[in-house]
This record gives sequence, structure tokens and C-alpha cells, in this order.
Amino acid sequence: MEKFSQHTGVGVPLRRSNVDTDQIIPAVYLKRVTRTGFEDALFAAWRGDPEFVLNQDAYRSGSVLVAGPDFGTGSSREHAVWALKDYGFRAVLSTRFADIFRGNSGKQGLLAAQVAQEDIELLWKVLEARPGTEVTVDLVAKQARADDVVVPFEVDDYTRWRLMEGLDDIGLTLKHEGEITEFEATRASWRPLTLPAKHLPPVEVVAARPVLRHGDDALA
Amino acid sequence: MAGTLAEKVWDAHIVRRGTDGAPDLLYIDLHLVHEVTSPQAFEGLRLAGRPVRRPDLTIATEDHNTPTLDIDRPIADLTSRTQIQTLRNNAAEFGVRLHSLGDADQGIVHQVGPQLGLTMPGLTVVCGDSHTSTHGAFGALAFGIGTSEVEHVLATQTLPLAPFKTMAITVDGELPKGATSKDIILAIIAKIGTGGGQGYVLEYRGEAIRALSMEARMTICNMSIEAGARAGMIAPDETTFEYLKGRPHAPEGADWDAAVEYWSTLRSDDDAVFDTEVVLRASDLEPFVTWGTNPGQGLPLSSNVPVPSEIADENERVAAERALEYMGLEPGMPLRDIAVDTVFIGSCTNGRIEDLRSVAKLVKGRKKADSLRVLVVPSSARVRLQAEAEGLDQIFLDFGAEWRNAGCSMCLGMNPDQLAPGERSASTSNRNFEGRQGKGGRTHLVSPLVAGATAIRGTLSSVADLGPDVEVPDGSPLEGAPVADARQSA
Repeated sequence: MEKFSQHTGVGVPLRRSNVDTDQIIPAVYLKRVTRTGFEDALFAAWRGDPEFVLNQDAYRSGSVLVAGPDFGTGSSREHAVWALKDYGFRAVLSTRFADIFRGNSGKQGLLAAQVAQEDIELLWKVLEARPGTEVTVDLVAKQARADDVVVPFEVDDYTRWRLMEGLDDIGLTLKHEGEITEFEATRASWRPLTLPAKHLPPVEVVAARPVLRHGDDALA
Repeated sequence: MAGTLAEKVWDAHIVRRGTDGAPDLLYIDLHLVHEVTSPQAFEGLRLAGRPVRRPDLTIATEDHNTPTLDIDRPIADLTSRTQIQTLRNNAAEFGVRLHSLGDADQGIVHQVGPQLGLTMPGLTVVCGDSHTSTHGAFGALAFGIGTSEVEHVLATQTLPLAPFKTMAITVDGELPKGATSKDIILAIIAKIGTGGGQGYVLEYRGEAIRALSMEARMTICNMSIEAGARAGMIAPDETTFEYLKGRPHAPEGADWDAAVEYWSTLRSDDDAVFDTEVVLRASDLEPFVTWGTNPGQGLPLSSNVPVPSEIADENERVAAERALEYMGLEPGMPLRDIAVDTVFIGSCTNGRIEDLRSVAKLVKGRKKADSLRVLVVPSSARVRLQAEAEGLDQIFLDFGAEWRNAGCSMCLGMNPDQLAPGERSASTSNRNFEGRQGKGGRTHLVSPLVAGATAIRGTLSSVADLGPDVEVPDGSPLEGAPVADARQSA
């Protein structure tokens, strides 16, 4: 993972609360089997609206998203983080993040910075009054700066350390493989194993077929 | 020291305690895998040259984008077909057990675990799916994870996690007739909000929760994530043990006795301290429906659509205005006047046998309203087979509903089962987000009973709206039904 200590880029004001991950990336875009190439899917339903903030020239190249409370709620899809990153975002600022989204961000080097709602409002005012204003997100000082506005943000110490060091979680965990093996040796015998597989007796499953509705049209 | 249920399960899985702000390393007992959130995780393993550490603690099924029709033909959507094929290739390459389309054990991942007897009290269960909270109904600590974490669990069978906070949600008293566990959880979410559970494990307790069947408990824990919580739990009891006994992977003999002895200790101590406590009176509850575009925007069916100008909080007012515009609703109109185009009965929230039975009893001998379509999608192939053995499929077909193969289906519209733009549904699923069931689709979340009554009347309705003589059905087998238990249904 790339190290992250400070980033400066155009700030994008997203005046919405409860931006769930179905809005960040609708389910129809989740069928790909790659980790990249999701930039077109970001906010797909809203991108068709010319008034949407990312469709305005000043914000199009944005890389710091400033959003309302409860960002990233709903589905666990990490594709939401990939789509934000693929578009070019490096940081999201919000009053409150959904837990799974915040975890996913940390794993992928996207900073989810928690900012007080009144400070979000200050940033929105600056970014709306002067579209294209850059925001500096400083992970060392735990501060976001835009023009003369300086606001503090919160991020948990462990995530901050991992981001600044660019560390890979799996590598860190595997340093303790001996302890994992030791733990496994104590596992009670009633705890389930999926293999060898146990089943109910096999039964044939017959495929359902389309039925006619309203007397004429077959359902797609 | 006194502990909560969640703390007891957590402590029993610590491989390595974190120091200096580092998270604990937690052992994972059961890892459930599906086609959507796993391809990039397996690809990561392949690139790093890592095996799956414990294939014998891992199980995969195909559910999110499987079609519910023509499952014996090649999947028409090429990207869906590629994603399913990718899971099949990965399962074969890494030695992971997979239940594919057409297999009797295929189905929604959160139904497959419990019905095979793999989900048990006291386990840690994860899956790349936020509704993993479902398994908490057994007293397991179960939560959704992202794809990077899926890769982490595949590689190490552990996860580094910072401890959660605990919230007790006590539901006292007895549920009135016509109100169900779906109404309990919708009322809880409306009360604490979609962010109210953030950072918490919720423990549901109280007389009304104890009285619920396992399946009804699963509905409640399933939607814990809609309150923002990482997990929801219910302490195991006789209902739990009875559900598990005799299932394919349930412990047997001395293992069963040892397990029950341990499981019986899995309850919050009387003097355990929760970070937050919430109390609801079950007797106040009635059928709930959502009117907006997040699961917290719900009200009793007897109320009116909110009037945004009367909402004091600016953020909430703006959100309500947006939601009503998207939903195409007039402020102040009675919720009962809302006409729907589609009724969807299914999903990991309410697609189980008891859900299907209660709706079947309600609609038996009736015809659906002409103005709408009704889709019935069992949560797993086993549930479908059981329903067919009990004759429920014929009741639904006679009613005018479509009887489908198992899968996630219209809950999230990754397969062809979607709402058209502007189309309105009453749905027993879990999310009413904009576009969730298809671009431009409008979703009202409801219980199975409200779904059934709505399918009969054409507008959002409760059983009571069908007339004073209509009995409120429960999830028990229909009178004269040939088989009653999935364990013998085959």
C-alpha cells in the first residue's frame, strides 16, 4: 500500500446525509472480477444529473470529498472504496462513517476522516463560495485546511499508523502465525467444520420458468 | 468479571491481545463466501502465492446474481455468468466447498449456514456481506466485512479488530396480533436511526424476543446493520438448541452435550454493564412500513406520510424532502393509500419457510389484486423444496404469484429481477435505498404479513384491513401439510 501522510487536491462539497454504498456504487456494477476500473460507476445514478456536483467543471477533478453525516452506510461492498479511489479521491471527510466502510477505506489507503458537523459546514461554505478550492488533508497534524479554514479531524491511531507506513495487514498478521496455530490446537471439538461436507439427501431442483402475467406479456 | 454476551464470545476468540492502541487479533470460526465480494480476494491470494489457510472453516454459495428462472440454462447476463464461473474456478483451485446453482444446498448465504447447522452459538462468523449479522440470532458474533478482510480471513483465519461497544435493546411484553419481528426491528431502526448503532454490537433481549422463533430472531438480527451496528445478538436458549439439533453439521453425542453446556453460559451476566441501553414496549408496536429512502424512515402503517416543513432538524428535513420527491409521495397522505406495482416476498430477511407459510395462509383461496405482480423467492433451494412439499407453491400460483428459484433476487436487483424506473414495491427485504431494487425503483419495506395483505388489496395494508374475521396467521405448518421440518424434508 502507498504511504499517505498529506494530500492536497480540489475539495468537493456533497451536501447529503446517509450516502449509502448503493448510491456510491449501484449493485449492477459489482459484477466485475477486477479491483480497478470502477471510476464510471461512482455515484452512477446521480452522474446523469447535470446539476450533480461532480458534473460541474470546477469540481470534476476533485480528490477530497466533503460529505454529510452517515457516509457509507448499508452494504459491505468494498467496491465503494475502489470506485472512489478509481475516480481520484484520496480522502473523504464526514461527521460519521459506517463502520464497514471506514474499515474498508483504511485497508485501501483512502482516508476516512471524521470531522465535526459545524466544521463540515465551514468547509462546504468555502468550497461552494469558491469552487475549485483545494483542501489539504494532513494526516500528521490531523487537520484539513482550505483557504483560511483549518479544522481538526479524527482517525483512529492504528489506521493512521498503517496509512502513514503503508503497511499490509495480512503481512502484519502472518508475523504471528505461531500464535494462530497455537490457538487452533485448543479449539473445542463441537465447533463446526465445513469439510468433510455433510448434507441432507440429494434432491433434484427443478428450474422455475417464466409465467404469463396480465394474460399477455412474459415477464423479463 | 461480569460480561455481556458479546464480550464473552469476543474474549473466547482472542489469538493475540492488542497493545498500545493496536486491535485484538480474533480467530474466525466460520467464513461464508459468495460470488460478488470474493473474486478480488482470491486474486490477491493468487498474486501473493498464499493458500486458503482453513478450507474446512470456509463455505461458498452462489446467491447474489443467480437468476431465479431457467437455472438449468446458461446465465444470460455475461458478466453475471463470468462472476459465478470465477467463484467456481476459485473454489476448485483453493479447495473450498461450494454449493452451486441447481444444488439442493444452494441459496442465500445467510440461510445456508443455519440450515446446514454450521451456524451455532458462541462462534465468530464473517462474510463479505453486511447481512452476516443474521447469524447473531444464534448467539454467534457475526458481522459483515469488506473484500480486503475476506482475503485476510482466507489467508490467516483471523481478523485484527478494535473492540465494539455494547448496546442492550430490551423489548418487553407481548407483541399484539398482526405485529411481527420485522415490525420490531423497523421500529428499533426508526427509533435509534440508521447511524444509531455505529460502533456497537446490539443485544436484543426481553420477553418479546424470547417468545420469537429462531427464524423470527434471524429477521431482527439481520437488520442490525440497517441501524449501523456491526452485529446483533440474541442469547441462545432452548429455542436455539431445538432448531440446531439433528441438522447435518450440528454436534452429536458427547460433543452435543459439551456444546449445550457451554452454550448455556452464553448470556449477559445480570450485573454486566452495557455502554447504552434502549427499551421498547412490544405492546406499543403495530405493523410498520417505510416511506422514505433509508430504513430509518419508517412509521406505523396507520400513520400519514411525514410533512417535511414540520421537521425541525435541517438535515432531516432536507433528507425527507429528497426522499418524498424520489418516492413520489405527497406529504401528509395516509400510508394506507399508497398503491404498489410489485410485491416481493423473499430475501435473507424474510424468505424463510415460516415467512412463506404465514403469507400462504393469508392468501390461500384468494386472488391477488389485478394491478400488481407478486414475486415469491425462497431464501434457499431447501426452503423451496420444503415449501413445495407442503403445497405452498400451488397456493401462491393459484393466488396469481410467481414461484421462483432461490437467491437474493429483487432485494438488490443484481439479477434480472428488478423494478422498472418509477415502479413501486412492497418488499419483505431490508433496504429501501434509492435504486436498490432497480434504477428509479421505489421500495417500501414491510413484513411478510403486510406484503400478503398488500398483494390482496393493491395498497399498503395490514391483515386487519382484510376484515375483522380474518385470522392473523403464524409461521406454523398449514393444517394437513405433509411435512413440517427441513431436517426431514428430503
